[in-house]
Amino acid sequence: MTQIFGVPIAALFGQLVLGLVNGCFYAMLSLGLAIIFGMLNIINFAHGALYMLGAVFTWFVLDAWNISWWWALLLAPLAVGILGIVIERVLLKRLYKVDPLYGLLLTFGLALVIEGLARYKYGSSGLPYGIPEVFQGALNLGFMFLPKYRAIVVAATLVVCFTTWFVIERTQLGAYLRAGTENPPLVQAFGINVPVMITLTYAIGVALAGLAGVLAAPTIQVSPLMGSNLIIVVFAVVVIGGMGSILGSIVTGLGLGLIEGLTKVFYSQAANTVVFMIMALVLLVRPAGLFGREK
Amino acid sequence: MKGKLIAALTGALLLLATTGAVAQTKGKISGGVVKIGVLDDMSGLYADIGGQGDVVAAQMAVDEFGGKVLGAPIQVVSADHQNKPDVGATKAREWYDSGVNLIVGTVTSSVALAVSKVAGEKHRLFMDSGAGSTRLTNEDCNAYTVHYEYDTYATGTATAKAVIANGGKTWFFLTADYAFGKSLQQDTTNAINVAGGKVMGSVLHPLSASDFSSFLLQAQASGAQVIGLANAGGDTINSVKAASEFGITPKQKLAALLIFDTDVHSLGLKAAQGLYAAEGFYWDHNNDTRKWSKAFGERMKGKMPTMVNAGTYSSTLQYLKAVQAAGTDDPDAVMKKLKEMTLNDATVKGGKIREDGRMVHEFYLYQVKSPSESKGEWDIFKLVGAIPGDQAFQPLSLSRCPLVKK
Amino acid sequence: MNSPQRYRLAGYALLLVAGLVAPLVLYPVFLMNALCFALFACAFNLLLGYTGLLSFGHAAFFGTAAYITGYAAKVMGISTGLAILIGTAAAVLLGIIFGGLSIRRQGIYFAMITLALSQLVFFVYLQAPFTGGEDGMQAIPRGKLLWVINLDKDLTLYYVVFAIFLFGFLLIHRTIHSPFGQVMKAIRENEPRAISLGYDVNKYKLIAFVLSAGLTGLAGATNAIVFTFVTLTDVDWHTSGDVVLMTLLGGMGSIFGPVVGAFSIVTLESKLSDKVGSLVTVIIGAIFVVCVLLFRRGIVGEVQGLYRRVVGNRA
Repeated sequence: MTQIFGVPIAALFGQLVLGLVNGCFYAMLSLGLAIIFGMLNIINFAHGALYMLGAVFTWFVLDAWNISWWWALLLAPLAVGILGIVIERVLLKRLYKVDPLYGLLLTFGLALVIEGLARYKYGSSGLPYGIPEVFQGALNLGFMFLPKYRAIVVAATLVVCFTTWFVIERTQLGAYLRAGTENPPLVQAFGINVPVMITLTYAIGVALAGLAGVLAAPTIQVSPLMGSNLIIVVFAVVVIGGMGSILGSIVTGLGLGLIEGLTKVFYSQAANTVVFMIMALVLLVRPAGLFGREK
Repeated sequence: MKGKLIAALTGALLLLATTGAVAQTKGKISGGVVKIGVLDDMSGLYADIGGQGDVVAAQMAVDEFGGKVLGAPIQVVSADHQNKPDVGATKAREWYDSGVNLIVGTVTSSVALAVSKVAGEKHRLFMDSGAGSTRLTNEDCNAYTVHYEYDTYATGTATAKAVIANGGKTWFFLTADYAFGKSLQQDTTNAINVAGGKVMGSVLHPLSASDFSSFLLQAQASGAQVIGLANAGGDTINSVKAASEFGITPKQKLAALLIFDTDVHSLGLKAAQGLYAAEGFYWDHNNDTRKWSKAFGERMKGKMPTMVNAGTYSSTLQYLKAVQAAGTDDPDAVMKKLKEMTLNDATVKGGKIREDGRMVHEFYLYQVKSPSESKGEWDIFKLVGAIPGDQAFQPLSLSRCPLVKK
Repeated sequence: MNSPQRYRLAGYALLLVAGLVAPLVLYPVFLMNALCFALFACAFNLLLGYTGLLSFGHAAFFGTAAYITGYAAKVMGISTGLAILIGTAAAVLLGIIFGGLSIRRQGIYFAMITLALSQLVFFVYLQAPFTGGEDGMQAIPRGKLLWVINLDKDLTLYYVVFAIFLFGFLLIHRTIHSPFGQVMKAIRENEPRAISLGYDVNKYKLIAFVLSAGLTGLAGATNAIVFTFVTLTDVDWHTSGDVVLMTLLGGMGSIFGPVVGAFSIVTLESKLSDKVGSLVTVIIGAIFVVCVLLFRRGIVGEVQGLYRRVVGNRA
């Protein structure tokens, strides 16, 4: 078997693909977090739980009403987004005038509630979800096996992430959103409904999490604990990338996934901690994050 | 200021208020009731293997015994240890302090080891019918712990011998990173070496990992003929599924070193066929087991019992018999009786508990049927052979338990 | 002695008596656990309520001290009292490192950094052989205090734990009412102004952080001896979240608040976990949400406010 640095090629590329796939989830989740933080100055601790809800929703509609994964791609983000609207309107709105730390605590409590309910209903070991038929199996690329579904995840993530970035940074709607958080009274004076935009922003941010959940269901398996396992790593990604930088979170998420994959190949004991070690390093050298701007 | 006073009084009031909340767990031992505590993973990775089924099994034993022993009523209590040793140990301590006579079940080895320590400290009985780690009867043995039903030596050795006899000489382990997985890997490695096979490497995975792909890739890279799954429950199920997704099987063979009929039921015969399974009990073994399992199924919505459930039933029943025979619930007297008795009930014949706490009985090797061979939802195993107790379990001569006189 | 002071002393005396008598009525192990968490919450509040810094990673100090104490007592055979001191020292050291890395950032950044750093510590302990990983460190000997007092009996150990709690509590009390404590409060109220007054704000914050970490370590070390085992739960970020909730629920603005919060949460978790299983998490989360929205002053704060409204703001 051909080897690079003492590791068989198939293993190396296999781990890189897996790392890239993980990176896609990091990117999508940190994108949602960055949008919410950049626009609302709130750290959405509930992001992991909402991602999990997206996956559970996907499982549920298949189990109860035989609704396929394709429909779930549309319905789950919608459902999670609507829940986001409710959360923002009923709960978060009341905290804009106080210390932003309270927002963090509120969303932390929300995360516990959502996760606790899911665990109560479904146990903690996981619900099986099959890969959609058309994506089953793997492509034999010669130097490695590439499972078809995982390739689709990467493609879908790239499309979604860059579309979102484009909308926010390059379109008029995005401009309104960005202006609305930098200077709400001024933008309000121009006749633009700022509170609605804020609600919309939160909804879009969590809808992205829900979408990530749909994509995760066939590979990572649906489990009530899937969000809390992931959320802290995503926080670290956002800190490394620069809080509030959208491009930063996408690139950092993908990059860290790849680095994690590489670490698993060459020094697997450090795989869990490498993201946090990088974060500590970045904090010492560039406190605002790799792509961040000091706010 | 007055504010501080208010604060202080509030604190005092709340402290007293918690009295009412906690008063029930005072440190007295009640003599008028025999309490049996079923401590299991009720909602997580191993819930299907032991879980609620163990509570039912214990209750069946109590009902069969008549609900009373030596004139005192018997009560079954249960709790969820969530696979956490601290939760389990705290619960065990609280239970023993409040009058529970016997703890059964557990399944998770790290919890079982912790509970065993508490049992040894408090001089109360613990009969584990679910956890596998052989440490319970070796380094961590004590006079109050009985390791019932099976252990990693029995299942690992039986399975490894069968796989090697079928041509699988080189092995790579996928191991759950805690006491059970390591124990299973160690015992199986010993059996592989004795049978002339070779272990090429291993990788540890976190308990209840959801994504096995990266670990299986390492197994694939090793080129070993057999991938030994030193894990259980949901972990085994996910490992088997991931192996087929990545095209690892059928090129490399899988050996599930501990697998229960509930796991096979979840996986489906198509995915699991051909796997060897070493069991201490199977519902379809003989008329007695069938009758008992049918009664179990009636209380569990048609679900068939695993060997863990059978072990919980059996250990509870035998404990009650021992209390009756000893004429007291004093732990030392009951344990002495237990080690003298020959154990017979619907699930076991001719069982004996050794001085190291190991319960020894006949063990069986099964193979998962193919879909065409199966004639019913739970018709999943075919018998390959029976292994007498003294060969299935680790011989006393190799024991590292301080209680064994050499 | 004037009237309010007499009331105050009476209140303290009442609490002291309650503390001395409690183990004869309630389950001592439960009480000791509650006391350890009460100390943990008080130490945490030193940072949150009195300096205005929200750390989400305090479990790292709690667990580190617990593991080091356990290792010292079990493997190295060191006497219990000394083992607890060593564990506490380890927490202080970790506090200096974490503090150094995170103190320059504020608010939410600070919270996320502490969270991520404690997660790093978690994964290190998961893999380190000496901790036992998922199995945990078992059978830590309770040993003897000062070579004479046998700690195996729950009742004896309770009074030792109570004494440790009182020591920590009084230390926090002294700190808050000292000039150092005044500077901490000034930093919380208006950091730029404190800087303009010439105070080296970062140095004060670091000292507060290390003090908080050390006392948290003391709580963790003591907890290890009480339970005779340490597991990964002690360094899990959910434990960090638990102590935030205890402080929030009890009230950040007073020294008793965290004690009330700790007792409430420990009682809640121990009574409910039998009856409702996983719903305990839901209830804890719901309490969090309700507190943040409606009871930001916490139980003690609300009671104090009620008293003032009823009686009028005198003294």
